Amino acid sequence: MSTVEKEVAAGRGSARAVAIASSLGRFLVIAITTYLGLLAVTFFIGRVIPIDPVLAVLGDRAPANVVERTRREMGLDLPLIEQFYIYVKNALNGNFGISVLTTNPVMTDIRRALPATTELATLGTLIGALFGVPLGVLAAVKRGSLIDQIVRIIGLIGYSVPIFWLGLLALVLFYAKLQWVAFPARLDVVYEYTFTPITGFYLLDSAMQGQWDVFYDAFRHIILPASLLGYFSLAYISRMTRSFMLNELSQEYIVAARAKGLSETRIIWGHALRNAAVPMVTVIALSYAGLLEGSVLTETVFSWPGIGLYITNSLQNADMNAVLGGTIVIGSVFIAINLLSDLLYRVLDPRTKVQ
Amino acid sequence: MTASDAGPLSRRDWLLSERPASRMQARLGRAYVAWRRFSANRLAFLGLLIIVALLVVAALAGVLAPYSPTFGDLKNARLLAPSAEHWFGTDDLGRDILSRILYGSRWTLYVVILVAIIAAPIGLLVGTVAGYAGGWTDAILMRITDIFLAFPKLILALAFVAALGPGIENAVLAIAITSWPPYARIARAETLTVRNSDYIKAVQLMGASPFRIVLRHIMPLCISSLIVRVTLDMAGIILTAAGLGFLGLGAQPPLPEWGTMIASGRRFVLDQWWVAGAPGFAILIVSLGFNLLGDGLRDALDPRSGDQ
Repeated sequence: MSTVEKEVAAGRGSARAVAIASSLGRFLVIAITTYLGLLAVTFFIGRVIPIDPVLAVLGDRAPANVVERTRREMGLDLPLIEQFYIYVKNALNGNFGISVLTTNPVMTDIRRALPATTELATLGTLIGALFGVPLGVLAAVKRGSLIDQIVRIIGLIGYSVPIFWLGLLALVLFYAKLQWVAFPARLDVVYEYTFTPITGFYLLDSAMQGQWDVFYDAFRHIILPASLLGYFSLAYISRMTRSFMLNELSQEYIVAARAKGLSETRIIWGHALRNAAVPMVTVIALSYAGLLEGSVLTETVFSWPGIGLYITNSLQNADMNAVLGGTIVIGSVFIAINLLSDLLYRVLDPRTKVQ
Repeated sequence: MTASDAGPLSRRDWLLSERPASRMQARLGRAYVAWRRFSANRLAFLGLLIIVALLVVAALAGVLAPYSPTFGDLKNARLLAPSAEHWFGTDDLGRDILSRILYGSRWTLYVVILVAIIAAPIGLLVGTVAGYAGGWTDAILMRITDIFLAFPKLILALAFVAALGPGIENAVLAIAITSWPPYARIARAETLTVRNSDYIKAVQLMGASPFRIVLRHIMPLCISSLIVRVTLDMAGIILTAAGLGFLGLGAQPPLPEWGTMIASGRRFVLDQWWVAGAPGFAILIVSLGFNLLGDGLRDALDPRSGDQ
């Protein structure tokens, strides 16, 4: 390599470093403002909308001096901006206050509930991707055929059906009538005392400990809610896969591959799907985030002890600390997945790299 | 359709003329082309039929419903299975479920329409102002939009209703607060494509104020893509409202709102599945209708697919 070439390469390298640094900087700004926005909205919901948070805690019969003291203890005599600062600091430390309903710190409750939600959403996304991607590819390859129509209808119904209603009907059919699955809960009562979870993911824990009877029982409990969530992510994933694949199949490199005489199987699964895989990663990540949110209604129907059920139970008891804590945690995970999938897209797709 | 085809041939030609003589002729021509494209799509037409049926049922619920939606026969008609007298059976208070579903269509329309007339103008205003003003205004408004876009909608609506108190008005408000950001993005994108065009320059030269330009010359151009998006969102709005009702945060009993009806039928679902089953089916049909209609409208009005 001549010196000139080296200089050019070095110059290109530093230009690239600057570009990477600036896009990283932009990413950080977006991440920080989004999180601050989430905290600002929850702060607004918790402190500003209720006419008087003190009354919400004490009721309207408390004597005036108690009201005054509580107001000071809650920091409500401070200027709003200072209150917000304290609120952000507490939230960053994972301090969301005490749950009125369970009398535990909200964070402790959430830490206990999070693995249940994660296990459900993960299995749901796996089911959705496992069936959704091949269905979408088939629909794109056989465009306009019967299978394309069927995939379209499956997707449309998935977009239109109330998830809690489908869950109730599924319970009637598969639990009450056919008895294929277990009753709504995470485990049979028998195992609640003999089984000690390690990670909180029951399927994983029981498999690690070799307790296959527990594994089977956990599976019988999770399979119905996970399949329901899976259906919803299938509706989204198959629709997006179809449109990405149609886009790829109309590209010239596909014509070139056909001209070379490659088999249709190889062209579809080896060439087209591989190029569609990059946006697919984003879609699957987004559908995972969507399932975390969708778990609120599903968990209520299936008595699944995750964050969704925690939030709805707290709602029914006007336990705002718990509701807002749960909102912040799910919101944070949701935002993080959004941002990371965006970042991943940039890293994976060579076209978005800086020249 | 046959009337216009059988009539003088010139009517179709007049509508499709490439040199419309008046503004009205141009508008009618565009509407005709869009209608032709729309009605060729059978599924979209089915969607339109469903929505028209919803409107008719909501308007005539009092005539169509065989029984009262709020008072039932507690003595003789509790939890009856579907029969010739009660097509969808009766609920735990002896009320006819069909009548409640017919009346419930009013509440579905109420939610959908209110959310649309609250959220769409907010989005339209934010998007057009951001797109036309540019610079810092644009940056700040779009950052706020993106922040709201990154939130999980249902969870945020839940938290809002938790603070505001349960009720159908608060549910509408919560859904509207969480659903304007996509409209702002669309309006901004449309604004950016027209803001540097010659006709805007011409109006600027004539001395129109930015306010007038945005209101009279930019907003009308954003309307059609906004309508498509709102129609596509209707299903989501209905599902969210039903979800809030199901969790006891939306409409309160005895209001015959479909989500609330599913919630109250939940207790009997293992034995009397129709109490919760029928209203859910109504939700499914109506959201399917909005989804089909939205898809069809998008294909028919898509500016990228040309005029013919």
